[in-house]
Amino acid sequence: MPIIQVEDLSKIFGKNPKKATKLLDQGLSKEEILEKTGNTVGVNRASFDVEEGEIFVIMGLSGSGKSTLVRLINRLIEPTEGSVYIDGKDLAKMDKQNLRNVRREKLSMVFQRFALFPHRTVLENAEFGLEVQGIDKSERSKKAKEALELVGLGGYIQQFPGQLSGGMQQRVGLARALANDPEVLLMDEAFSALDPLIRKEMQDELLELQETMKKTILFITHDLDEALRIGDRIALMKDGRIVQIGTPEEILVNPANDYVEKFVEDVDRSKVLTAENIMKRPETVDLEKHGPRTALERMRKEGLSSIYVTDAKRNLHGFVTAEDVSEAAKQEVKDLKGILRTDVPQVQKDTPMKEIFDVIHDAPVPVAVVEDGKIQGIIVRGAVIAALAGSEVNLNGTDA
Amino acid sequence: MGLMPKIPVAEWVSTATEWITDTFEFLFDFIKEDFGDFIEMFAEDWLMGIPTWLFIVIVGLLAFFVSGKRFGLMAFSVVGLWFIANQELWEELMNTFTLVIFASLISVIIGVPFGIWMAKSRLVERILTPILDFMQTMPAFVYLIPAVAFFSIGMVPGVFASVIFATPPTVRFTNLGIRQVSHELIEASDSFGTTGTQKLFKVQLPMAKKTIMAGINQTVMLALSMVVIASMIGAKGLGQTVITGLQRAEVGTGFVAGLGIVILAIIIDRFTQNLNTQRGD
Repeated sequence: MPIIQVEDLSKIFGKNPKKATKLLDQGLSKEEILEKTGNTVGVNRASFDVEEGEIFVIMGLSGSGKSTLVRLINRLIEPTEGSVYIDGKDLAKMDKQNLRNVRREKLSMVFQRFALFPHRTVLENAEFGLEVQGIDKSERSKKAKEALELVGLGGYIQQFPGQLSGGMQQRVGLARALANDPEVLLMDEAFSALDPLIRKEMQDELLELQETMKKTILFITHDLDEALRIGDRIALMKDGRIVQIGTPEEILVNPANDYVEKFVEDVDRSKVLTAENIMKRPETVDLEKHGPRTALERMRKEGLSSIYVTDAKRNLHGFVTAEDVSEAAKQEVKDLKGILRTDVPQVQKDTPMKEIFDVIHDAPVPVAVVEDGKIQGIIVRGAVIAALAGSEVNLNGTDA
Repeated sequence: MGLMPKIPVAEWVSTATEWITDTFEFLFDFIKEDFGDFIEMFAEDWLMGIPTWLFIVIVGLLAFFVSGKRFGLMAFSVVGLWFIANQELWEELMNTFTLVIFASLISVIIGVPFGIWMAKSRLVERILTPILDFMQTMPAFVYLIPAVAFFSIGMVPGVFASVIFATPPTVRFTNLGIRQVSHELIEASDSFGTTGTQKLFKVQLPMAKKTIMAGINQTVMLALSMVVIASMIGAKGLGQTVITGLQRAEVGTGFVAGLGIVILAIIIDRFTQNLNTQRGD
């Protein structure tokens, strides 16, 4: 069962939400509803599930309703309609006491501008959630220190937030959220206030922490690069509606509509696509079975200047060039072993395109994509350029 | 004008005051007697019981530490207090000090909870704001009249009138301080599942402390400004000396007593301001 289930969740800001909801059901747009009722649609019937342990990113521009949506999930904002199930219980219909308990035990939030308590030390900030739960001093101090160690702030526990840099302050924010050991982390533009270098560092660290923590993370951002970098799945929002949900690749490769496509246009594809997306099925010859003549014949047919050599189990042994092969054929050599070259330019399936540039630049032959010693595909220069231009990308890594 | 007879507002207020005086006589008498005795004991037995030189030394030391181990405030306090003693106004100073202390304490005890209530409820804010405006703009002399009706003359009606005049800043600043706490911090607090009380004591009040202290400082200053006015209904102290100077047209007497009030005002003001430093600044 998904840990968070959101069903038809809506939020209307204004004096007459009932009327606006009716219009919403009739399919009127945000602007039309604003014009007719004076109400603003914050979130428009959002539905999605978040599985345990995944990083689910909600991505949209400012005004798209993403910050409202995350606040509906822990009910900092009261939903107008719809349900939010956390572990199967509907948060939207809970009484205050139960809501408090869920917030204390299951959900923790990290804020865009950190929202640290300036009158409390770093340690006291990290202790806050535990203190609210009434956990005794030594216990909460121990847990808070562990959380601070985890984010690399073990040495700063007696400082005040005002004495720390932005990046460090957000680490405190993260530690404060983690100290509770919640099931779900809600991160509202958590890294958006940081400068680009620190932001990237924090993204890396979050991913690293996630390797061991395996928390469920709901991450809000307006930055598509960030979304693609850290998201297992991404929901794209526009005007309060979710327009597409999918993995980063699905969204890049198959934008659901013009809006998403426009969004995706500007993405630096080299950061997102990997070798798997642009490789082709390789032409190979078998080292055991084939000699120079077969190799030459196959290369001539495909118009290649080199060909990769494997065994029957597709283990990669090297490649041969057309020159060497024709020379060997003239001299009536029977196998390819003598002319086999082993300095194979290779990458792995998940090598990002950025790194492929470096390899392909110096490579005399197409780059081999290798997994466990077996050849999976090859990458030719043209494919890299085509992918950067935004076409000819295959999702599954099978033949193009 | 002739269309409408004069509305007897003055009579209504007088009647209401009389009714209150009669109905709550037992309460007013109790306050007048017991609280009056306590104030007198505080001023005459405790404060005046301390030798003048010792009092000055204690204030000097406190000034030194309160101002963060600097000498300015200490020097001013010691010289100022010594000057007042030198002018043979020490007893008057102690009485004035007592009046200010009690008026301020009661104002804060009443003001802070009202300020909190005001911050938590829009309705309460809407009701209290005009009342506070009224309390502050009504000429302070007017409060002397019901004060005398309730408590006759002396220190107690002086404290009563001062409290009415001096409470509004504490209420206003408490309200303001709590409302100024950033929305994001309130969300952070809520997101960790705080109850209203936890939020108040762990986040709102600590964050508002500086503003509330500024309000309290204002309250103390207003209480001090009531000293001369309160002495018109028999509150003892420096104000009485000022009034005497006025009645006898003795400029010098009035000036020296007035100077004493100024010195006391500056010392109290710097003390309360210096106490107002916050963790994490």
